[in-house]
Order: sequence, then structure tokens, then C-alpha cells
Amino acid sequence: MEVLVCIKRVILAGNTFVLNDDHTDIDTRHLGYTLSPHEESAVEAAVRLNEEFGGTTTLLTLGHVDSEEQIRSQMAIGPDRAILLETDGSEWDPQATANAIIEAIKKEETKFDVIIFGSESADTAGYQTGIRVAHALSLPIVTNVKGLKVENGVARCERAVGTMREIYEVPLPAVLTVRDGIAIPRYPSVPGRIKARKKPMDVFPVEKPAAKIEKVKLELPPVKAKGATMLSADADGAHKLVEIFREIGVLS
Amino acid sequence: MILVFVDHDRGVIEDISLQGITFARSLDATVEAVVVGGEANAALLGEYGVTKIHHATHASLVDYTPQAAGRALAEVVKRTSPSALISGGTPRGNEVLAHAGAMLDLPVVADCSEIDLGTSTVKRMRWGGNLIEHAKVHTSMMIASIFPHQIAALPAPASAEVASFEPELTAQDTLVKIIDRTGEAAGGVTLAEAKVIVSGGRGVGEDFTLIETLAGLLGGAVGCSRVVTAAGWRPHAEQVGQTGTKVAPDLYIACGISGATQHIAGCKNSKTLIAINTDGDAPIMSYADYAIVGDLHQILPAIIAATQAAKG
Ligand SMILES: Cc1cc2nc3c(=O)[nH]c(=O)nc-3n(C[C@H](O)[C@H](O)[C@H](O)COP(=O)(O)OP(=O)(O)OC[C@H]3O[C@@H](n4cnc5c(N)ncnc54)[C@H](O)[C@@H]3O)c2cc1C
Ligand SMILES: Cc1cc2nc3c(=O)[nH]c(=O)nc-3n(C[C@H](O)[C@H](O)[C@H](O)COP(=O)(O)OP(=O)(O)OC[C@H]3O[C@@H](n4cnc5c(N)ncnc54)[C@H](O)[C@@H]3O)c2cc1C
Repeated sequence: MEVLVCIKRVILAGNTFVLNDDHTDIDTRHLGYTLSPHEESAVEAAVRLNEEFGGTTTLLTLGHVDSEEQIRSQMAIGPDRAILLETDGSEWDPQATANAIIEAIKKEETKFDVIIFGSESADTAGYQTGIRVAHALSLPIVTNVKGLKVENGVARCERAVGTMREIYEVPLPAVLTVRDGIAIPRYPSVPGRIKARKKPMDVFPVEKPAAKIEKVKLELPPVKAKGATMLSADADGAHKLVEIFREIGVLS
Repeated sequence: MILVFVDHDRGVIEDISLQGITFARSLDATVEAVVVGGEANAALLGEYGVTKIHHATHASLVDYTPQAAGRALAEVVKRTSPSALISGGTPRGNEVLAHAGAMLDLPVVADCSEIDLGTSTVKRMRWGGNLIEHAKVHTSMMIASIFPHQIAALPAPASAEVASFEPELTAQDTLVKIIDRTGEAAGGVTLAEAKVIVSGGRGVGEDFTLIETLAGLLGGAVGCSRVVTAAGWRPHAEQVGQTGTKVAPDLYIACGISGATQHIAGCKNSKTLIAINTDGDAPIMSYADYAIVGDLHQILPAIIAATQAAKG
């Protein structure tokens, strides 16, 4: 089974965001980068499909050339090759991103059975890249998938809604968008990490089109520091807490 | 006229969808709705100010069918030329707008908190509500979802006329649909509905007995951070946060949780937040109403004992 997973490098945000002077971007000077949990789970789900059915997994990233670091770290758990659509690192809106991914997939010799996205990216959360790609390739799509089982060329997908699970079935080839928790990512092994360094990665520069959704500036939402009332770490503090439980009506 | 997509689950309309309608009324005096399948729900939608309901009915629309809903929506847009297409920011709302946007080849702006149609600008949420983006949208028609719980749903009684129509659907449109539903292993109170959540992070370790015991005494549910689910200590269904479940209980007790922005995104609407942490400078402290600095393995047994004594 040939699987493509689209992953995006995002800032490893600390406990607050710091903006640059003109408030047009996050100040990233002291920040690292990571992948969204949705996409880490997506890679694990893809690797499990390969383990069950054979075939290969390809990773695709549109972003700064330094995204290679996130790509290699994911390759350490199994994916075989990668495509990096290299940009200057500035933001692309969802339509522009989808169009570049569509072009890249059309150029591929590999015919993918499953194309996996995160349901929304951790940073800009547009909820649409996977859906736009599916439409352009005339493929069916199931979104927000949290459980996956493939049998006889049909993917059985579970989507969590409250305490219930909705079940969808879709014949392959298909596009899926998945959520954190669909498959808990394994830790990379040392040999896995070493192998990852030598796996093939094709780099194609891409030209950014005019944005349809043009970021003007960023703003931090007001945080009202609550000024916590401190309680002592002993029986006295515990009794005060019980009084609070009573006051707010959670203990009768 | 503003067109609002109203999602429903087998006829039941969520509060977030009514928030979408309320928001739409602030953009234009005339609000019309699109309901796909099920019932038109004219009484409820009329109460929230909708004057016309475009109700899509079709033999293939038995249960939720995302792409068909997008097709029906795109059809009404072409027929009625609204000044904007809005939806409450539910998972289904975002999904169906994205389908319609792809079909109409128009941008879709998700999770908006403000919209100005005159200047075609929006404010929208990033990072699960931790960062606000001001954006200009270059489009012939605004398509936007409204971030949940930005505004309260308010009635504005009108009488809604129902116009049923049969959308032209392709075979592909109805290929992906709900074919079955299963209940999650029913075990006590669910996270989203719980009035009390006792939540544990890395500081708890593998053994959640203390967390479970206190949650049980308070009739609440167990929550946890992503460190805990990634380690396999607790099931993913219990994860609170940006990529877990968003909760708004009366009481949230965060034990051994540092308060990363992504965790806070899921619990900041808790009415009362209590933090128990060895580190008095942990970020969770600035979101807490009450805090105890110390080792949870000593503090929780004392709280459990005091609660048991109080219950008699
Ligand atoms: C895009 C993205 C999305 C994410 N989504 C989520 C999400 O949905 N939910 C989520 O939770 N995380 C999420 N994360 C991860 C998040 O950034 C943090 O890594 C995580 O929340 C930290 O979990 P923690 O507080 O349990 O662990 P830590 O940050 O390690 O904190 C442990 C805390 O326990 C305290 N402690 C230790 N021992 C004790 C003791 N004996 N008694 C009392 N206190 C003690 C420490 O002082 C510390 O404050 C996401 C990350 C990214 C990048
Ligand atoms: C980066 C990112 C990550 C996201 N991750 C998730 C996710 O993991 N899970 C998810 O369901 N959605 C997620 N969303 C999507 C969006 O937030 C949902 O549309 C929202 O959670 C509403 O989902 P729901 O209808 O299931 O209600 P829920 O969030 O499940 O809410 C259940 C109930 O809790 C109460 N409630 C929830 N939030 C609030 C609040 N802020 N104020 C007051 N009451 C509240 C309400 O009573 C509501 O009926 C994410 C969005 C972004 C941008």
C-alpha cells in the first residue's frame, strides 16, 4: 500500500507567545520547531498500514528548507522517502498550500492508495487543506478520523463525537484527515534514526502565489491573571478545599 | 442576505450552530439558513431570527453526508448570491464549509471572532484561541466559521418559511457517509459533560489511583495532559487540550500539570481551577483560582480523606 502523509513544521510554542515589534509574526528567535500531534499520529498510522500491507510511506512538507529536521525525525519511525516543497518559510494560506500539494502529487509516478493529512494544523487551523486536495484529485475524503482499519481495499474510519463513534467506509484510493490519538506514535529506535539520515528526499522550490487570506497582524488575547489564592499543603489546606467544593456546589 | 449552514445530528441542533446564526444577524438584518437532510426545524431556527430555510432533501441523505451537504450549500449559494456564507465552528460546520469552498473555488476562513464585510477583514483564532490573527480576505464572497463560545446564542423571534429542494448530487458526493455508530465503552461520566474533572500530568506518574479516587468522590471524570497519553498511562479519550477535548466544567483540578498553552486551550473556560504543583512558578498558577504548592502524592491523600470525612 502506497501512503502519502502531508506534515507541517510548526513552532514549538512555549507557555506564552511573544510577538515581533510590528506584531506581524511570532518572535521565533528563542523557539524551536515541531510537528502538530495530529500529524505525528498520521505518520504512525501510515507506518502501521505499511507493516500490515507492505508498500512505502512518503512524507510531504511545504515549508522552509530547515523542515528537513522534522522530516528526518519522522523518517526514523519508518517512512521511506520525502518530498520537500521548499519555500522561504513565510506563511501560505490553505488554498495556496493545497494547490502546491496537488501539483506535487500529480507529478508523482507513485499512485498513492491513501493520502493522509492532520484534521487541522496546530498553528493556523484552516480545516481545509485535505478537503481541497481531495476535490482536485476527485478522491473521496473522510475527515477527523480517530480509528482506522483497512480490509479488502476499503477503509473503515471512526470519528469521535462526544462519547459516540461514527463509522464511515470509503473505497481506496482516498484522502483521510486524522486526529491526535488515531495511533500513539512510537519512539524512534537508534538504528531507525541512523537509517533516516540516508533516506531519499527530493527538494523542489515552489513560488508563493498572492494570498487569498492575507495576514495583516497578530494580537495576543487578553489574559486575566486570576491571582490564585494559596492554600497550605497540609490537612488545613485540604479542609479549606473541601469548603470550596461545598461553596461551588460540587459536594453536597 | 447572509446564508448560514446549520448542522444537526439527526435533527438535533447544537448551541454552537445557534451562535453562528446569532453572529450572522450582526452582519445583516436578513438571515437565511441551509439545513441538509433531517427536518427543517423551522420553529427553532425562526426563534433565532432565520426568515427562510433552504431544506435539502434527497433519497441518499439519510444520515450525515459531508460532501453532499457541501454540494447542497454550493447550490443555494449560486441560486441566492448571499453576501456571506457563515457556519458555527463545529467540526461538521468547518468540514462542510471547506467542501463548499473547494467546489466554489473560494477561500474559507475558519474560527473567526469578528467579521467586517465592508472591508473584507476578519479576526480569527490561531493555536486553539491562544493567538488572534487579523486578516484581509480577497474573495468575491466571504465564507467563514465562527469560533465556538465567542458569543452567546440569543433568540430574536421571526417566522421562518421553508423552501425544500432536491440538490443535484453526483455519485461521489454520497460515497462517504455515516454507515454506523458505536458507543464508546460506557464508563462513568464523560469528559465533555462532567461538572468536575480531576486531571493529571507528568507529575502524577503511571499510577492514577489518587486521581481516580478523588474524581470518584466528587462524581467527576478523569482528565490528563498529552504527556500522559503519549506515555500510554491513560487512554487518549481523556486528553484535555488543543488536540484533545475542550472542556468547561464547574471545577477543574490540575495535578502535576505545568500549564502549556496547548493544555490551557482545553481547560481555560473552567469556572473554578485548582492547581496542585511542586513548582510555585508553573504557568498553570496564573490560570488558577486556588493553588497548593507541594507534592501531589502527599496532598491528594489529605484532600481525599477530608472529602470522605465531609461526605460522612
Ligand atoms: C501543537 C501541539 C498541540 C498539543 N496539544 C496538547 C493537548 O491537547 N493537551 C495537552 O495536555 N498537551 C498538548 N500538547 C503538549 C503540551 O505542549 C505539553 O507538552 C503538555 O501539556 C505537558 O504536559 P504536563 O503538564 O503533564 O507535563 P510537564 O510540562 O512536564 O509538567 C509536569 C508538571 O508537574 C509538576 N510536578 C512534577 N512532580 C510533581 C509532584 N510530585 N507533585 C506535584 N507536581 C509535580 C512539575 O512541576 C510540572 O509543572 C501539545 C503540543 C503541541 C506542540
Ligand atoms: C488547533 C485546534 C485544535 C482543536 N482541537 C479540537 C479538539 O481536540 N476537539 C474538539 O472537539 N474540537 C477541537 N477544535 C475545534 C473547535 O474548537 C471545536 O469546534 C470546539 O471544540 C467545539 O466542539 P464541540 O462542538 O464538539 O464542543 P466541545 O468542545 O466538545 O464542547 C462540549 C461542551 O463543552 C462546553 N464548552 C466547550 N468549550 C467551551 C467554551 N470555550 N466555553 C464554554 N463552554 C464550552 C459546551 O457546553 C459544549 O457544549 C480545535 C480547534 C483548533 C483551532
